[in-house]
Amino acid sequence: MLQLGVGLGSGMLTRAQELRTLGKPLSGYGERSPYVKAARTTRQSKTPEAGSSASPLAEQYGILTPSALHYERHHAGVPAIDPAQHTLLIHGLVNRPLVFSMADLKRLPSVSRIHFLECGGNSGSEWQPKTGVDVQRSYGLASCSEWTGVPLRTVLELVGLKPEAKWMIAEGADACRMQRSVPLGKELDDAMLAYGQNGEPLRPEQGFPLRLLTPGWEGNIQVKWLRRLHVTAEPYYVRDETSKYSDLMPDGKARVFTLMQEAKSVITFPSGGQRLPGAGRYEVTGLAWTGRGKITRVEVTFDGGQTWQNAPLDAPVLRKAFTRFRLPWVWNGKPAAIASRATDESGYVQPTREELIAVRGTNSGFHFNGIKVWNIGADGSVTHVEA
Amino acid sequence: MWRLSLLLAGALRMAAQEVGRAPEAAEVRQYGLTIAPDGKGLPAGKGTPAQGRELFSAKCARCHGEKAQGDIGPPLVGGQGTLATKKPLKTVGSFWPYAPTVWDYVHRAMPFDKAGTLAPDEVYSLVAYVLFLNGIVPENATMDAKSLAKVRMPNRDGFIPDPRPDVKRK
Ligand code: HEC
Repeated sequence: MLQLGVGLGSGMLTRAQELRTLGKPLSGYGERSPYVKAARTTRQSKTPEAGSSASPLAEQYGILTPSALHYERHHAGVPAIDPAQHTLLIHGLVNRPLVFSMADLKRLPSVSRIHFLECGGNSGSEWQPKTGVDVQRSYGLASCSEWTGVPLRTVLELVGLKPEAKWMIAEGADACRMQRSVPLGKELDDAMLAYGQNGEPLRPEQGFPLRLLTPGWEGNIQVKWLRRLHVTAEPYYVRDETSKYSDLMPDGKARVFTLMQEAKSVITFPSGGQRLPGAGRYEVTGLAWTGRGKITRVEVTFDGGQTWQNAPLDAPVLRKAFTRFRLPWVWNGKPAAIASRATDESGYVQPTREELIAVRGTNSGFHFNGIKVWNIGADGSVTHVEA
Repeated sequence: MWRLSLLLAGALRMAAQEVGRAPEAAEVRQYGLTIAPDGKGLPAGKGTPAQGRELFSAKCARCHGEKAQGDIGPPLVGGQGTLATKKPLKTVGSFWPYAPTVWDYVHRAMPFDKAGTLAPDEVYSLVAYVLFLNGIVPENATMDAKSLAKVRMPNRDGFIPDPRPDVKRK
């Protein structure tokens, strides 16, 4: 290009010189390119401290969500906590109640693991006929990070559980002192008290300086800004596990402690709101995850579910983590209905929206994991399907 | 299995390996209350719906509406009998299984923008008022640790365990 410019005369030469203006100098903390605009959803609200912002999953590469784009769900805003002042109390049915400073916790053996986090209310809009128009607004209350912290087990060993200990009430340091009853048991083998996220301390929105992480379970129980674990014999049926995050069935009964986030997947390209510029080569890609361990299979359909084919999964496939699938595709320019369907190592297969509703009705509000179908029009437009 | 190892590890812990420190009793109190559904943990104090009505106007109505019908904040009344219908209304009156839990939440989390400012007597009064509005306690009720634990909420038996996986493919 430069050679060509020289040959064409002095006007081109000047432009080439402009292109080589010195770049920005070194900086203490990096910023993304000004051309990159991906952002979480924001909404007007009179109480914006209680609400959620969804992650732009369609603009995410690979399996890690940039920390600044991790979805948010807060019930009383994001507290500003000085880590030097922050402590964790563990008391109740333990042999020795203990208070830990952040410095104490960092003396204990630590682990780093990649896990997804998903709000129990993710895809809540999909229960109703007016489903979400794009990936972000229908499946965006999910994200995936590398978390670093102390195994919960290590800390519970220090306090020593009494034989009657079966639950713990986890409490956050946000204004509402968020509480949840967490069952103790083998599921908690991989639970941790996390202080690191994607190579840096937790972001304030994800619980700085300390949060509970119970991989595979709904986000709300993984209490952020963790300040206390009160070990008990029974669950406390607190507000955020009864009034919220419980699943109302058609008979008027509500399922409680529905913690597992079941296998789920969604195509992020092509997806709602995008446009294919024309027939030809594309890569279909998306994300799958399950609270029950590893994703073993993702199938993709191009004909609205009549036929399915396996989509290759990025290796390594990690337990309770986003799993990326990719499938080369040649679009013939005709209308298509595309969707993905995940299977996990327990043998569980992601259901259709109709199959879910047949069992749970449309008022359960939480824990929707149905298949999401995108329509591709002859003009290349990609739109969601309304029920 | 790992529970057993936790018990043993707790018992055998060596002083030289200690991390963390034993809290003072006053320090534990400062962390605040945790309140069980049977009322365990409720503090001393009392209040009536009449006292609660005034407090509600002053501290809650701007968000929940003068009659607790909902505004910026969710409705706190109504909905009994709607849970099995097409348009269920979940409120303290129609949905919450335990009265002490209402006390816990109001004390811990409300008023939304001034959480942690209510004294126990105020919380007993406010809960008494909200329960009265829902027809759960009479206007002359006095709510304290004992009487609140005895209140039977309409949806007390409305919660069932998680049966998933519940959607099986043919
Ligand atoms: C500034 C507005 C505001 C004020 C003032 C306020 N609330 Fe709230 N209240 C809210 C919001 C917002 C929520 C929902 C919080 C969430 O989403 O976690 C809520 C939730 C509640 C709930 C739970 C409802 C349910 O069914 O889950 C109760 C009970 C409640 N408030 C009682 C009160 C009482 C009693 C007062 C007065 C002492 C009060 N609130 C003052 C905004 C307010």
